[in-house]
Amino acid sequence: MAHIGPSGFSPYPVAVYEGVLNPPPGKALMFNEIVDEEVAMREAAKAMLTRPNPTIFPGPQVLYAWNEEAKEKAKLVRKMAEVLGAKIIPMYDYRPKYPKINPAIEINPNHPNLTIWHNKIKACIFVGVHCHYANVALKIIRAETDCFTIAMCGMAGHEDAMITLRDQHTEEMEKFIKIAEEVKRGLGRS
Amino acid sequence: MQATETILYNRAGQRVVSPDYLLFEAPRTKHFMTGSEAVKEAVKRASVDASVSYPITPQSEAAHLIGELWVEGYVGVYFRGESEFGVMSEIAGCAMAGARTITTTSGPGTLRAMENFPMWAGTRIPVQLVLMARGVNSPLSIQPDNLEVGFLLDTGCMIWYAETAQDLFDMILAGFVVAEQPDVHVPVITVVDGFFVSHTREAIMLPPDDIALPPYNPYRAPMPVIDAEVPPGRFLRDPFVMKSNYISYATHASWQWEVRAAIERSRPYAKHYLRGLIEHFGDPEAELVFVACGTASAQAKEAVRLLEDEGIPARVVKLKTIRPFPIEELRQAVKGAKYIFVPEFNVVGWLEREVRRYLYGHSNAEIIGAPRVAGGMTMPAEVIVKEVLKLTGKEVKHVI
Repeated sequence: MAHIGPSGFSPYPVAVYEGVLNPPPGKALMFNEIVDEEVAMREAAKAMLTRPNPTIFPGPQVLYAWNEEAKEKAKLVRKMAEVLGAKIIPMYDYRPKYPKINPAIEINPNHPNLTIWHNKIKACIFVGVHCHYANVALKIIRAETDCFTIAMCGMAGHEDAMITLRDQHTEEMEKFIKIAEEVKRGLGRS
Repeated sequence: MQATETILYNRAGQRVVSPDYLLFEAPRTKHFMTGSEAVKEAVKRASVDASVSYPITPQSEAAHLIGELWVEGYVGVYFRGESEFGVMSEIAGCAMAGARTITTTSGPGTLRAMENFPMWAGTRIPVQLVLMARGVNSPLSIQPDNLEVGFLLDTGCMIWYAETAQDLFDMILAGFVVAEQPDVHVPVITVVDGFFVSHTREAIMLPPDDIALPPYNPYRAPMPVIDAEVPPGRFLRDPFVMKSNYISYATHASWQWEVRAAIERSRPYAKHYLRGLIEHFGDPEAELVFVACGTASAQAKEAVRLLEDEGIPARVVKLKTIRPFPIEELRQAVKGAKYIFVPEFNVVGWLEREVRRYLYGHSNAEIIGAPRVAGGMTMPAEVIVKEVLKLTGKEVKHVI
């Protein structure tokens, strides 16, 4: 992901067409650079702690009790929100809603920009969203908003996010929370 | 203390091994078989959950042999569809429900099923279609011709092209592995030229048949699996409704870019499992290059040998993948080329168009879309040589 800010009405060019691919295992993607996971986590925490109206968008993989890991991740999402001082707006359903969603309380992958515009969100974390819908949403967000996007993905990552953390499970989420606490202290906030 | 090892077996009782072991490390023995039989051998080692078939020449035998694997317990579900459209719809249902799936078709069957291929890609299902290319209507032909591949280029499916039965065997196994990567997860069409490969016997190296790929894990899919027992799955899979407003247009655009992005993400995986997206043959310094896929590349290799006798150095760049197109690999491979011939088994020259598109501004070579045969014609190496000799002004010794 090479740029921040609106890139035009069409979600093109997408990051892969600019030569940006997902990071290899053990690494993270920050804009168009492959970096160590910890470096990316630190920048992600900084973005969430310094930009207006930071928000976490949890998806079905952490909202529903599919398995024990999902339950643990849900608790960690809540803790993450507390540390980052972020709102939680759920993406609980992938179907588009017509005539419109209530952007104050929900986000939808087919028109995520409505929620971001309404709440003036300048930094967000996607977590627990199925990869296809995260990718569709991240392309639209990139095309139509100036929101700093962070993807915490349990699989291979999302190159259309500004920061991509891949293979994120409970251990990695705990690590992120710890780093976020350090960054917060460094910013003189408790 | 003795270390313990967990050994997994699939439904057929085959030992589950890593894709790398199955493709690169397992000992192989030599066999003599047709391309259709190679399909059976690949499916036998692929822990396939479901296959749907419909007869059409020349893929009928491959479809039939997959049915035999079902009888033997290697394939979970197998049935005959009502038509190719039915087959491709039914196999999509199996894949959406979380099954590893494979089917086969040819020529007019491909065209009848056409609406399903972009649907497969859009719903992000890693179905594998083995396409044994033959002529399409009209006029009706059952003979080898790969025009139909030109129609499939922009369906959102990966397209790989096998030259030999060996290629086909390896590509089918690698196809599942690459198509099922969570960040790829689009269909793969493994193409082989009908009759030339499906119906001829050749030596092929096979790993043992008591080992197989790990089963597909649908819970790593980029969309929720349809599962009647897990209610969220039922209402999370719906596509967006096409309404006439800007939001639905933007969603549709983003969705389509995402499908194409997924194909691009397959590059590193395909490079690993296919050992590169292209293959070189001949004199690496030669200024005369054949860019081809499938049987045309096999014939071009023979032409390179004949040209050697004429004192003309030549080489072949064989394309293993068409989608993703090996853009950078091709640009590098034709550096220094003066003449690029694109021999093809169809009248329209879809590969020549692709080659011109991606070399535009990147090569000063003259690109020649020849020779081109169709409708069941063979392409003797001498025909290719004749085209080259015409260009160089040399006497044509070989009489066709």
